[in-house]
Amino acid sequence: MGGQGLSAPAGATAGLWQALGVGALRLLTRALAVAGIVGVISFALMRSLPGDAAYRIAAGRYGYDIVDTAAADKVRAELGLDNPWWQQLAAWLGDLSRLELGRSMVSGEPVIEELAHQLGHTVGLSLVAWCLALAIGLAAGTAVALSGRGWLDRLLGMLSLGFKATPTFVLGLGLATLLAVHWNWLPAAGHGDGTHLVLPALTLALGLAAGLSQVTLHRMRQVLAAPSVAFARTKGLPLVWVVLRHVLRNTAVPVTAYAGMQLVLLIEGVVVVESFFAWPGIGHALIHALIARDVPMVQGTALCMGLIFVLLSAMVDGLCWLLDPRLQAKG
Amino acid sequence: MNPIPLRLNRRQAAAMAILTACAAWQATPAGAAPGDSKVLQIAAPWEVSSLDPAKAGYVFTRMQVSETLVGVDAQGALAPALASAWEVSANQLVWRFRLRAGSRFHDGTPVTAADAVRSLERARANPGVLGNAPVQKISADKDSVVFELSRPFGPLPAFLAHASTQILAPASYAADGSVKAIVGTGPYKISSIQPPQKMEVERFDGWQGRKPAIERAAYLAVGRGETRNMLAGSGQADLVFTHDPANFERLKAQKKLKFQSLAIPRSIYLKVNAGHPALKDVATRRALSLAIDRAGIAQAVLREPRAAATQLFPPVMQEWHVPALQGLSRDPAQARELLRSAGWTPGPGGILQRDGKPFKVTLRTFSDRPELPIIATAIQAQFKEVGIDMAVAIMNSGEIPGGHKDGSLELALLARNYSLVPDPVGTLLQDFGPAGGDWGAMNWTSAALRDAIAALSGASDANRRSVLRGTIATILQAELPVIPVLWYQHTATHSTRLANVSIDPLEISYRLDQMQWAGKD
Repeated sequence: MGGQGLSAPAGATAGLWQALGVGALRLLTRALAVAGIVGVISFALMRSLPGDAAYRIAAGRYGYDIVDTAAADKVRAELGLDNPWWQQLAAWLGDLSRLELGRSMVSGEPVIEELAHQLGHTVGLSLVAWCLALAIGLAAGTAVALSGRGWLDRLLGMLSLGFKATPTFVLGLGLATLLAVHWNWLPAAGHGDGTHLVLPALTLALGLAAGLSQVTLHRMRQVLAAPSVAFARTKGLPLVWVVLRHVLRNTAVPVTAYAGMQLVLLIEGVVVVESFFAWPGIGHALIHALIARDVPMVQGTALCMGLIFVLLSAMVDGLCWLLDPRLQAKG
Repeated sequence: MNPIPLRLNRRQAAAMAILTACAAWQATPAGAAPGDSKVLQIAAPWEVSSLDPAKAGYVFTRMQVSETLVGVDAQGALAPALASAWEVSANQLVWRFRLRAGSRFHDGTPVTAADAVRSLERARANPGVLGNAPVQKISADKDSVVFELSRPFGPLPAFLAHASTQILAPASYAADGSVKAIVGTGPYKISSIQPPQKMEVERFDGWQGRKPAIERAAYLAVGRGETRNMLAGSGQADLVFTHDPANFERLKAQKKLKFQSLAIPRSIYLKVNAGHPALKDVATRRALSLAIDRAGIAQAVLREPRAAATQLFPPVMQEWHVPALQGLSRDPAQARELLRSAGWTPGPGGILQRDGKPFKVTLRTFSDRPELPIIATAIQAQFKEVGIDMAVAIMNSGEIPGGHKDGSLELALLARNYSLVPDPVGTLLQDFGPAGGDWGAMNWTSAALRDAIAALSGASDANRRSVLRGTIATILQAELPVIPVLWYQHTATHSTRLANVSIDPLEISYRLDQMQWAGKD
């Protein structure tokens, strides 16, 4: 544990390139597999929903007040909803292989254009939330570990448990009631300038920070108790340098891995948070597409979220690899 | 576990924590700036899902960006809009709508009759109201748009107040005929639009009418009711539409808000399959009606006692509401008596039976309007009291027209909008036609009713129209092909910094051009 020094093993450059190549190949395979699986599953799930999709799509387009059997029949004919399921699936997979995601059944716009508009919002929100979670989680965990006070430990434990157990929706409602309605510091919904980002990002971040702070706290305690730290202290290294050079890096590996796992929660939370704060991202689009039975949009959004997940977890793997000399040594 | 040699003091620990935090922190701009105070902020649940007027066109007419040929005045009567006047030929088959002289699109081009025809032809080809009118040809004649009909059709001007018939400039359309921008003629023009959620408008200087006091407005689609409540409660939105009833009550504690709750021409009723063995006789349908505690549901679910329906058409539809009709009310004893007279006898478990079959039915409803499932379960409990076993199936709205078509529907609970066009006769034609209607009667027909509706759509004499409307309301009340439950209430809040706010019960316009900031002239 620890004390292996900061210099990378010899031949690192060649190893790095090789590792990058393997990593890229693995990433590509994973992305393709996720694309296929997500597309087929969302197609199958949408097909298995009860009721006639033509009515639902027509209601999404024109409002259900307008929709009658004639309008539904028109939609059915236009979209080929009567074709056998395998033809519809094959058409979608064929489009996908040409990097085309089809057109939204509701708005008639190409799915890729709608996603392009929403993706930026979702990625922005997710990144800010993730960084905020890291900041809060690391700061809280580090502070409590270094202070060594039992009551702080218990307080952090209780807070973490509380935030983790609170559904995102309730957390968002609570934060918005306090920060937007009661104190009127922040806008309660919408998008535009940076202030709109704070509430949704904070809502997402608090849930994530809860777990992160605990992992940081426990890992840092282990590291601080390690002989290497005692040695560094004994040889007269100032405390700040001990923490910066030995403790932080050793703590960082499991924390980074854990933060990567948290991305699952983040992607799940985005759906709820975007819809609650009227944030025009992919999660929000997914909900609307689900309600309107807009199969191409559901496939497109699910695909996009799946790919984001693959990309982010690859980044986490890469980061862990860079942080942990033991992984590099293994090649 | 205890880190023996190093125990940081509090200051060191804090410094370390901040340092760590800074490493991971990516600046998020903070600080409060909820909206520019000069922009009127509007929040409503409806998304700008598309630029196509057939899809979400009502957002553009409500924001007064685009206009239809015909509008409505404060009393809900038809009024000139982009058409300054209209007339119908003696044989009632040719209508001429003269365009307002000198009107211009937001891109500066003058409005021509040919432009209007293009927009109207598009509206006619898409699902929407105009396709249901007996229009044979739409043509341009100098400054007029001419409609040639296959039969007399009085409600045509009302149909032309529907948002799907809004007139857009030629520059609005892409080469393939799709809509790429909204270039309208209203007092406001779009300054930025980000579908599906946001649209900003500013005053159009080329507007011929009175100059609106509000210079800029922003529309935000906020799907969740809780979020809209917060926008209203915090004052971040000046004008918020549609609050759920429970929260509307709670918001009333806010001093900086003004409340609008008004009946709109929308009724919640039970659609009945009158061909179903258990529901085919009028006595049973009247018993169902007598079993429903409308006042209780109105109070408990909509928090508005005035919402209890005593007949199909709400009082806000002044011409259609007949005060003299004996109102629908609750009387479980009479309901049981009627059921007994219809041949129902108590069976096992308190459930009525007739010819050895228990009175078991399924009611379909949907959750697009969140109060519908709640009302459905209330009715379920009330039916149980008189011995009817009703299951509630919450499905998607399409299962109602679908079940109407394949005959599988027994009962449905739905909300019907009579203001899709300001004259509800178009809706009634659809609902009570010879084969019933997807959202109206099922396996029930009345020649007298059909004659009255047909005569009404061709009649122009005011007295005769009034008599016909009375006949229609009376037949529906006696036969109950649909069983009215509630009259819908439209809720809106606005901040006290806004003056001259009025809410259009027909939801055709937000009337931004009439509003002003409080404290200014």
